[in-house]
Amino acid sequence: MSATNLKCRECGSLYELDPIYVCERCFGPLEVAYDHSALAQDIPELRRRIQGGPQNLWRYSDFLPLPDGPPGPSGRNSSRVGLAAGCTPLIRADRLAERLGLGEVWVKNDAANPTHSFKDRVVSVAAARARAFGFEVLACASTGNLANSVAANAAALGMESYVFIPADLEEQKILATGVYGTNLVKVRGNYDDVNRLCMELSGERNWAFVNVNLRPYYAEGSKTIAYEIGEQLGWRTPDRIVSPVASGSLFTKIGKGFADWLDLGLLEGELPTMNGAQAAGCSPVATAWAEGRDFCQPVKPNTIAKSLAIGNPADGPYALELAKSSGGSIDSVTDDEIRAGIRLLAETTGVFTETAGGVTVATLAKLAARGDIGRDESVVAVITGDGLKTLDAVRGSFESFEIEPTFDEFTSKVEANLVTAQ
Amino acid sequence: MSVTVKLPTQLRASAGGEGAVAVEGSTVGEALEALYVAYPELRERLSDEDGSLRRFINVYVNGDDIRFGVSSNSPKRMGQEVQILPAVAGG
Repeated sequence: MSATNLKCRECGSLYELDPIYVCERCFGPLEVAYDHSALAQDIPELRRRIQGGPQNLWRYSDFLPLPDGPPGPSGRNSSRVGLAAGCTPLIRADRLAERLGLGEVWVKNDAANPTHSFKDRVVSVAAARARAFGFEVLACASTGNLANSVAANAAALGMESYVFIPADLEEQKILATGVYGTNLVKVRGNYDDVNRLCMELSGERNWAFVNVNLRPYYAEGSKTIAYEIGEQLGWRTPDRIVSPVASGSLFTKIGKGFADWLDLGLLEGELPTMNGAQAAGCSPVATAWAEGRDFCQPVKPNTIAKSLAIGNPADGPYALELAKSSGGSIDSVTDDEIRAGIRLLAETTGVFTETAGGVTVATLAKLAARGDIGRDESVVAVITGDGLKTLDAVRGSFESFEIEPTFDEFTSKVEANLVTAQ
Repeated sequence: MSVTVKLPTQLRASAGGEGAVAVEGSTVGEALEALYVAYPELRERLSDEDGSLRRFINVYVNGDDIRFGVSSNSPKRMGQEVQILPAVAGG
């Protein structure tokens, strides 16, 4: 394992690889530190090893904090231990590009994960690490996608689980969590209230809260999105990434994934321009960006993009730093723009995304309209979750026909109306 | 007024192992100052060189983050329970 320590992002203090997440000296966030020098000895061999690995995120286990290596043998359609996340499609989206006046657009469809969101990546890593630490209970504070993933991964691994969510979450996400037999706790409050409760509980219960005491390990799973995009593009970086920002963890870890592989020489190119996407109804990071601040003022969320409704983003300052250093930005879009974004992606690519993906596509459209993206640029939009999770967002957004089963009804009620409409 | 300050596990060793400390104060600033007088080690843990709260610490009064546009010296924002938590969780 090339992971060596936990390191404070603020003051650089080093810690053992324990289930801790906060620097004891300055309260800064702890991150996994690696020594990749052994891997750097033979890059062609490393590349071959990755390509010969399983068709899921465990092919990148050299870059993940797993003391015992991947949890077990697995391939594209088989796994001896747990759900195998990752290796989701990267889809060329020419019709989307054309609609936006862009040259080369790709969609990274992370809805194609076991529980239909990118959260399976982070939970896979956190759960593997939790088992290595000897924890018996998996837990999380969630805006929905993480809830699905923790409940499912705990079931797959035979662990008990506790999932804490805001009580007003989308019904689809609640049902797709409870079905796995988790202890589902609906908290009367918003995500930040849920998170505060879980932080308190993590000090009182000996559980693996994937995004509290296991957070340094959990967050590493998001790097695999960057690794996959690089590998799928033929070992090169795209020019630009558009990714949603909630806590800022996914966004910053995608940047880190590219940076690490560029440093090693595994990828050609430069660090992509990083554009973060938020919903206007919960945009503490975009607001800080617009006001030129390097810190985020917390907000009370009010948006249909509930999976991004984190008013007090832990990695907000680092997301701002990355947007700035990569020449990108953090933008926000309205709920109407989010609905239009879902529709635009669906009708140009055949990918139906949840509201968070609507935020990403709407932000891509906004950047294109603003002239921020050159026609010669390759752009990857990171689609983090499935549209079936947030059906309310598309309810009433299209017409359909209901007829008797006769040819006459079809011509008189369907075709006649279509002709009129044209 | 009497206020209960709840401490996260990471700070309890600096407060004689206590998870909650009762202090007097009519603002968050006064309550924290009283806490520092009772347990001097906490001052350095919680505040930076300028004496302001460190970047990755959140303070809640009766469940609300004090950074919602109001300074920690405002008596209007005071309540019976002040909770200190690390800011780096979730997402």
